[in-house]
Amino acid sequence: MIDKLSEHLRFNSEALRLRSTRQQLLASNVVNAETPRYQAQDFDFARALNEATARPVSNSNPGRHLAPALYERVSYQPSLDGNSVDLDAERAHFADNALRYEAALRILNMQLKTLLSAIQG
Amino acid sequence: MSLFKIFSIAGSGMAAQSQRLNTVASNLANVDSAAGPDSKVYSARQVVFQSAAVDASDSRASGGNGARALGVRVAAVTTSSAPPRRVHDPRHPMADKEGYVSLPNVSVVDEMVNMIAASRAYQNNVEVMNTAKTMLAKTLTLGS
Repeated sequence: MIDKLSEHLRFNSEALRLRSTRQQLLASNVVNAETPRYQAQDFDFARALNEATARPVSNSNPGRHLAPALYERVSYQPSLDGNSVDLDAERAHFADNALRYEAALRILNMQLKTLLSAIQG
Repeated sequence: MSLFKIFSIAGSGMAAQSQRLNTVASNLANVDSAAGPDSKVYSARQVVFQSAAVDASDSRASGGNGARALGVRVAAVTTSSAPPRRVHDPRHPMADKEGYVSLPNVSVVDEMVNMIAASRAYQNNVEVMNTAKTMLAKTLTLGS
C-alpha cells in the first residue's frame, strides 16, 4: 500500500529532485561567468526524467539516484579566455528552471492534498 | 539536496567578486602614490579566478559524471609588469636626478570597468541566492 502511494508521487518528486540538481548546475554557470576556461554545463531534463522514472525503485538502496548525463553548452559568443558562459542565456535558464521547480512543487502539493482528502473523507 | 549547495556556490562567487573589488579599490587608492628615485613603485594588482568544488566530498567524487557543485575561488593575485608612469615634475620631492617621478602603472579606465563588472557579477550572485532562498521557502510549505 505504501509502495503504491510512493509510486503515485514518484514522478513529481523525481522531477523536483532533477530540477534542484539543474538549478545547482545553472548557479555554477552564473558564478563562473568570468572564470577563464570554464565550460558551461547543463543536462537534458526530459531525458534525465525519463531515465529516472523508467527505472524500477531499488529496495536495497532507495536513496541512490542516477546522475544525469551532462553536456557542455555550445556558446554563440565564446570569449578569448576559453569561457563559454553566456550570462543572459544562463540567467534565462535559471529563472525558467526556478519557475518549473515551483510548478512541480505545486502539482506535488495538489497530489498530496488529494490523497489527504481521500484519507480523511 | 542540491538547493542548499547553491548557497555555497553563490557565496563563493560573492567572496571572489568582493576580493576583486578589493583589488580595484587598492589600485584606485594608489593611483598617485609616487615612489622615490630607487624604491619600488606600486604596481596594479589583478585577481585570477578559478572554478573549484565547493565541498570536499564533491572534489573526491570528481571522477564521476555527476552534477558537481562548482563555485569560484581566487587562485592568485598577480601584479602587473607594465612599466611605471613617468611624469616630469622637478619640484616633486620624490623626483629623480632628471626630474621624473615614477607613478604606479594603474589604468584608471581599466579599473573603473573592472569595478562595474565586479559589481554586476556580485549582484548576479545575490540574485541567484535569493532565487534559491525563495525556492527552499516554498519547498518548506509542501504538504500544508
